[in-house]
Order: sequence, then structure tokens, then C-alpha cells
Amino acid sequence: MNVVVCIKQVPDPNSPGQLDPSTHLLKRDGELVLDPGDEFGVEAGLQLVEKHGGQVTVVSMGPERGLDAVRKALAMGAAKGVLISDDSLRGSDALTTAKVLAAAIRKQDFDVVITATESTDGYTGVVPQMIAGLLDIPAVTFAKSVSVEGDKLTAQRQTETGIEVVEATLPVVLSVTAGVNEPRYPSLKGIMGAKQKPLDRPGPADLNLEDVGGASTGQRITAIDSAPERAAGEIIKDEGEAAKRIVDFLADKKVI
Amino acid sequence: MAVAKTWVFADIVDGTPVGAALELLTKARSLGGTVEAVAFSPQAESAAALLGEYGATTLHAGTDAAYGELLLGGPAADAMAVLAEQHHPDLILFASTYLGRDVAGRLAAKLDVPVIGNGLELSANGQVSVGTSIFGATRNVTTVFEDRKPAIVLVRPKSFAAESGGGGPATVSAVSASIDDKHRGAKLIERRSEASSGPKLEEAPVVISGGRGLGEPKNFEVLEQLASLVGGAVGASRAVVDAGWVPYSMQVGQTGKTVKPAIYIAVGISGAMQHTVGMKGAKTIVAINRDADAPIFKLADLGVVGDAMKILPQVIEQIKARKG
Ligand SMILES: Cc1cc2nc3c(=O)[nH]c(=O)nc-3n(C[C@H](O)[C@H](O)[C@H](O)COP(=O)(O)OP(=O)(O)OC[C@H]3O[C@@H](n4cnc5c(N)ncnc54)[C@H](O)[C@@H]3O)c2cc1C
Ligand SMILES: Nc1ncnc2c1ncn2[C@@H]1O[C@H](COP(=O)(O)O)[C@@H](O)[C@H]1O
Repeated sequence: MNVVVCIKQVPDPNSPGQLDPSTHLLKRDGELVLDPGDEFGVEAGLQLVEKHGGQVTVVSMGPERGLDAVRKALAMGAAKGVLISDDSLRGSDALTTAKVLAAAIRKQDFDVVITATESTDGYTGVVPQMIAGLLDIPAVTFAKSVSVEGDKLTAQRQTETGIEVVEATLPVVLSVTAGVNEPRYPSLKGIMGAKQKPLDRPGPADLNLEDVGGASTGQRITAIDSAPERAAGEIIKDEGEAAKRIVDFLADKKVI
Repeated sequence: MAVAKTWVFADIVDGTPVGAALELLTKARSLGGTVEAVAFSPQAESAAALLGEYGATTLHAGTDAAYGELLLGGPAADAMAVLAEQHHPDLILFASTYLGRDVAGRLAAKLDVPVIGNGLELSANGQVSVGTSIFGATRNVTTVFEDRKPAIVLVRPKSFAAESGGGGPATVSAVSASIDDKHRGAKLIERRSEASSGPKLEEAPVVISGGRGLGEPKNFEVLEQLASLVGGAVGASRAVVDAGWVPYSMQVGQTGKTVKPAIYIAVGISGAMQHTVGMKGAKTIVAINRDADAPIFKLADLGVVGDAMKILPQVIEQIKARKG
């Protein structure tokens, strides 16, 4: 069973991002990491191939520096990496991103395509469903647990009110939530071995992608403003009186 | 691009449209032009009255029994693509529910049009323009759609209030597109509800949320007690949902629910931006945290620096005493 995992490199979620005021693109000068959400995807893929055989290929679209994220996934155990970087793809929207990823995925052997439910930086959360639409296969989204038997994938997926158990015939796109598993740390051996693993660097032309990219996205940012801040409130330190203060406050607001 | 026709995708649960669909219909009425709803469920027709009341003149309803058993993303997007080519909506609104996201992404890929996600504001003066917020709601971004139609927007629930427009039932127009066999392999086997007793998190006037600072899962019982005393619902941060203390349906934040209660009480929650985007809209915020530097205090109308598990039981005792 072969698995493709889509991974993205994002600004470290622990240090808040910034937009370039003139280009409206995300500044990528700070620390970049493999999206923590995608670590769950890589782990889910590795667990599937460990159980059923086959291999994990990771696919990423992003700037040259994205190689670090691909290498991390290779160090975790993926067999092959594909990175699509091209200046024409800067500022791509979700659909363009999905078109590029789908084109790269089509060139791989796959039974399952894994993504996270949303990226930590952009969090549009529609790339997985778009990839599924472009590949014309089912999407099982927001999976909290996954198993495969024969050509059937079964997952428990999250919904607003609880859990759905769903089933789909392979091939499928699977988006996994945080907490679906415990992503492994790359071992020293894994890190050393990653350098020898195959790395494919197709350009848009190799993927037969003309006419995609930032300029053709059909949407345009017209303004970025600071959100109004809430006015500062009253902060007290508990010295035995805090409970009373809270109760008075709630009474004042007519909650009790 | 003026908006002559807006569609609202209505997620139907047990024969009733979800609240977020009514919010979108309310907003759609204010954009001018015709407002119509689209729904896929064997019981879709029973939603016509409510959808009409909130503004839909027509309900495009897919009522094939299979819509109740299949994963809807594929078949609903296929059917909507066909419908859109027949009826030419300028704008299609989806609530960012699980189903809304599944259908919107796929539909956009089929129609080859962009999607704007995480919408919080919407206007249509010549161009459809969508307001979103990024970086933990510290920055507001406005994006407009250029020439391609229809514009597809995913809007976060609770962005607009739902208000009845007093309309009569929507005229039901049957969606005739048949479901392609390729979609029949992806189906729903079972649905398990995690709903708890008391008011729903999204609707409760008071929400009391707990985070890692509660120390252990058992301490959520104290929040439950307080909630039942004040008619509130209990929410949670993702840290404790991921740790398995409470079900995901209680999570507030970017990847959880958006709540806008009259009072939000954050207990042992640090106030990471991914949490605060889900509760910033509360009218009044109370925070209890041991760490005086916790970012949650920047939002609090009343902030208490102290040990939650010491303070909360006293709060409960005193409320009980006052109630007599
Ligand atoms: C892509 C992405 C999406 C995310 N989505 C969400 C989301 O939807 N919702 C969400 O909540 N988070 C989300 N997060 C996670 C978020 O970044 C934080 O990690 C999380 O909110 C932290 O939860 P917490 O405040 O409970 O825990 P912590 O950050 O560990 O904070 C615990 C707090 O409790 C206080 N405390 C400890 N003991 C006591 C005591 N005895 N009494 C009082 N206070 C005490 C501490 O001072 C601390 O401030 C997301 C993260 C990412 C990367
Ligand atoms: N540029 C990219 N390269 C690889 N995978 C991506 C990229 N963008 C999005 N994805 C995948 O799609 C998921 C959802 O992203 P998004 O729809 O942008 O929130 C991410 O978590 C990734 O798994």
C-alpha cells in the first residue's frame, strides 16, 4: 500500500507570523518548521505502510527552504520526497496549491493521500477536499483514527456533535486531525539516512501546469488593518476575596 | 460584480437546517438580489419552511435517500456544479462546518473558481468582499473576488446573527442530478453523539471553559457544577481535548467552536491566539489563571490571578448561598 503525504513548511507557530505590508505575502524570514499538523499526517502514513507494506512519499509545494521540512519527513521514515518550488507559484491560493499538489500526486503510486485538516499558517482548510475533487476520489476528512482492510479504509471522523464512523473504497484522500497519533521523532540514523533518499524537484512545466500561480487566483487582498483591541479590564490577585468578587461580578451582569 | 443571486448551502441535521445556515440567509438578504438555498438530505423538503422564513425564495433540494447514507462532499459538489451551470448564482455561501468545508472545496475545484475561507464579514458593493482575521484576530484582512463566478465563501458560524425575515416557505425545486456510482463507495456507517446535557455550547448565554490549568480531568466536574448553577455550558481548550480529558465537541477556538456568549469564563487557560479567536466575541470575559502574565488577561474584563481549584469551589458555595 502506497501513501502520499502532503506536507507544508510554516512559520514556527510559537512565534507569531507577519505579513509583508507591500506584497501581502507571509514573511518567511523567521524560523520555519514542518507544520505540526502535518507531522500527524506523516506519522499516520508511516503507520499504514508499516502495517500493510509499501512506502510513504511526501509532497510539498513551497519555497526552496521547504527542503528542510521534506528532509524532516524523510528522517521520520518517508521513502521519497517531492518538492515543487517555483517563483510563479508565490502567493498561490488554495485552488492553485491543490492543482499543483494533485498534479504531483498523479505521478506517484498511491492508495491513500494524507493531509492535515488545515495548515497552521493559512488554515483555509479546503486544500484536501480540492485535491480529492481534482483526483476525482472520495475525501474522508477530519479523521481521528484510521484503519485499512483490503481495499476499504475505515475512519472515525470528528463532527460538530460527535463522531461519525465512515468507510471508503481506496484510493481516498484522508485528512487527519491533531492528536490522531503520537508523531515520532527522527532518530539519528533516520536523519543520516534521509540524505541518501530520493528527492524529486519537478517544475510546473514537468507537471504540465501552465497558467497557474499567484497571478491567476481570481482574488485580491485590498486591506489589512489592526483589529480593535478590547479595553483593559480589572485584574485582581486572589487573597481570599476573589471568589466574592467573581460572584458580585456575575450578579452585576445578572447571571445570578 | 454585482450580486444578483446568492445561494446558501444548508446543512440539514435531522430534517432541520443548522443555525449557521440561517445566519447566512439573514446576511444574504442584506446583499440585495435573489436568495436561494441548496440542501441535500432525504428530509430536505421539511426544511423549506424555516429556510423560507429566513430568506430563501427557492430551495434546491436533493432528496435521494442515498444522500442520507453517503459522504456528501462528492455527490453534493457534483450536483451543485450542474445546478450552478443552469442557474448562474453570483455568490455561494457555506458555513465552515465539517460538511460545508467538504462540499465547498470540491465544488470550487469542479467549477475552477477560488474560495475564500474563514469569512467573518461580507459585503457586495460592486465586488464581493470578505473580511477575515489572521494572527489570532489581531489583524483584519479584506479580500475581494475578481472576475470569476460564482464567488465561493466559507463563513465561520456566529459571524452574523440569525433573524427571521418573515418569508413564507421556500418553493422546493427538485435537484434531478443522479449520484454517480463512484461516490457510492464512501459512506456513513454510524453516528455517535457526544452532546452533553444543558444548553448547547454555541447557544449558551454563559460559557465556562477549562484548560490545562485545571490539573486533571476530574476537575471539569467543578465547571459542570458552576455551569448548571448559572444555566451555562462547559467548553475547553484544545490542550485538554487533545489530552483526551473531554470530547472534541467542547473545544473552543480556531479549530473548534466559535462562541459569543454574554459571559465567557476562562479557567486555567493561557489564552493562546488559536483559543481566543473562538471566544473574543464574548460580551464579557472573566479569566482565572495562576500566572499574572498569561495572555488571557489582556482580554479579560475581570481577571483573577490565583489557583482555580481553590477559587471555583468558593464561587459555587457562595452562589448556592445567595440562591438560598
Ligand atoms: C493549528 C492550531 C490550531 C489550534 N486550535 C486551537 C483551538 O481551536 N482551541 C484551543 O484552545 N487551542 C488551539 N490550539 C492550541 C493553542 O495554541 C494552545 O496550545 C492551547 O489553547 C493551550 O491550552 P491551555 O490554555 O489549556 O494550556 P496551557 O497553554 O498549558 O495553559 C494552561 C494555563 O493554566 C494556568 N494554570 C496552571 N495551573 C493553574 C491553576 N491551579 N489555577 C489557575 N490557572 C492555572 C497556567 O498559568 C497556564 O496559563 C491550536 C494550535 C494550533 C497550532
Ligand atoms: N503548499 C503545500 N504543500 C503541501 N501540502 C499542502 C500545502 N498547502 C496545504 N497543504 C496540505 O493541505 C492541508 C490543509 O491546508 P489548507 O487548506 O491550506 O489549510 C495542509 O495541512 C497540508 O497537509
